[in-house]
Amino acid sequence: MNLTVDDITFGYDSSRNVIEHLSFTYNSPEVLCILGSNGMGKSTLLQCIIGAFPISKGTITIDGKGVNDYKARDFARKVAYIPQSHTPSFAYKVIDIVTMGRTSRIGYLANPSDDDVAFAHEQLDYLGVGHLSEKPYTDISGGERQLVMIASALTQEPELMILDEPTAHLDFGNADRFVELVEKLRERNMGVLMTTHFPDHALMLGSKTAVLSGGRIVAEGLARDVITDESMRELYGIEVHVKHIGSRIVCIPGPLDENALVRNPPFANE
Amino acid sequence: MEEKKRAGFWMTLTGIVLVILPILFFLFSLALGSYNAGPVDVCQIIWCKLTGQTPPQDALTVNVIWQVRLPRVCAAALVGAGLSVAGAVFQGVFRNPLASPYTLGVSNGAGFGAALAIVLSLGAAGIQAFAVAFGLLAVALTFLIASRSRRNTVTLVLAGMLIGALFSSLVSLLKFTADPLEKLPQIVYWLMGSLSGSTFEALAKILPFYVVCMAAVFLLRWRTNVLSLGDQEAKSFGLNVRRDRAIVIGTSSMLTALVVSISGIIGWVGIVVPHLARMLVGPDFRKLIPTSVSIGICYLLVVDDLCRTLTASEIPLGVITGIIGVPLFLYFIYKKKVSW
Repeated sequence: MNLTVDDITFGYDSSRNVIEHLSFTYNSPEVLCILGSNGMGKSTLLQCIIGAFPISKGTITIDGKGVNDYKARDFARKVAYIPQSHTPSFAYKVIDIVTMGRTSRIGYLANPSDDDVAFAHEQLDYLGVGHLSEKPYTDISGGERQLVMIASALTQEPELMILDEPTAHLDFGNADRFVELVEKLRERNMGVLMTTHFPDHALMLGSKTAVLSGGRIVAEGLARDVITDESMRELYGIEVHVKHIGSRIVCIPGPLDENALVRNPPFANE
Repeated sequence: MEEKKRAGFWMTLTGIVLVILPILFFLFSLALGSYNAGPVDVCQIIWCKLTGQTPPQDALTVNVIWQVRLPRVCAAALVGAGLSVAGAVFQGVFRNPLASPYTLGVSNGAGFGAALAIVLSLGAAGIQAFAVAFGLLAVALTFLIASRSRRNTVTLVLAGMLIGALFSSLVSLLKFTADPLEKLPQIVYWLMGSLSGSTFEALAKILPFYVVCMAAVFLLRWRTNVLSLGDQEAKSFGLNVRRDRAIVIGTSSMLTALVVSISGIIGWVGIVVPHLARMLVGPDFRKLIPTSVSIGICYLLVVDDLCRTLTASEIPLGVITGIIGVPLFLYFIYKKKVSW
């Protein structure tokens, strides 16, 4: 599957454009991380891609067809979108939520068949949360809920999964587990396009990375080429050091010399 | 596995009770009233009438059961089921525990239509037709206003409030100008809801449309589930949210307008019954719709029984549903059953 974003411009009002002349291409199955500081339009870009916001200039095409020309149903068979936070409404059982991912694959008036439900169970098991299937999804933790939403997306059988800051609401451990999960999706040949606040995640995945700043993509390439001391300093406005530790490349915010002690005085009690 | 089996057993039992209970309430309501007739007589009369025989009971008993009580009890069942199902759908689609069949202004529109027909002395059929027409007009206006702005559910609810307020003012205007001796009491009585004037003719007029709307809501039950997750999620799962929401809300509004045309405005049924149903079987519309039908029928039959037997004269239905509904809803809130 090919996604081409060609010279698009979008603003919530006519006076200020959030995205200006932005272009990039994406081919599934690959993992693409989009980095950008707060308010730079990462979420907005994703919303434009799924056709939720009308762009004022340029084109966004998937396999040569404009995203707004797709029927909702056909689009859902190609692309699954997982929002940053999902507010649960009713106390549906987890398995019901995951089965809803089948909606684009069944008839307009049809209910999901036993096969559809079995397929949904498989996705939950694949993500290691099969035990949650009968629980109300209002009663599970944020991390679990995200896995459930990803299971729903898998049930959709899309070619590309778009995730908006998937680690934003996850704790330290779950955020790391999420990186493993993306690894797993990659093995399954699932395309992943995600925004993130953590350059480390892109480095761990060794994925393609795009840097969004000032409404356009300013750098694009492999994570270790794109994520450098300079580019990160420019993006986030702080000192950043990209270091090799063991076999890993990590990204450390803030200065490394003794000035750092001022920020974190080790002997604050003395 | 054992647990799942036990849950399955309770589900089956609940299902059986939900089928039998409305039938029992139905027969009981037919037997109830100042003119005495036992449940056996009631069953016999219905059986004979349906099979074309002459019932052995005296003509008066047959007349009371078949001509007076049966249409009224049927009307109560239709109204109870209709309001409850519409309420369940509205709460789901709007993701709001206080949404009711009247959220989009159907009731005020229908109230205005009925009041206008009363003022114009158009008779029972005219009142019914005007109620349906203006109820639907109100919903259409609501959609029209909402479609001019960003298309989310909040705009729709706000637009419904505005249209409701407009028609409510128009009703006041009609009341103000209506003849205080003849027309005004009629309008007031209609607005409080009553089934006392139910006839087979009135029921027959709405029945075909009623059946179609009910069937449509039932067929769309899975789509309604997906819609109740929220606009963004529903879209991601492949729904044309705007179209599907309009279809689901449109059919439910139509259903509401139809029942309001035979009963007047009966509040709280469409709020309380779906909550009860959700407590029993959960939010899944595949189970919630049949459960709402069953509980709705029982609830309105009981309320109507109270209305006609509690005092010598009739109490308006809307009064009793309000008096029962508000404390019931408070109970749900304190028990944290109104939560999602």
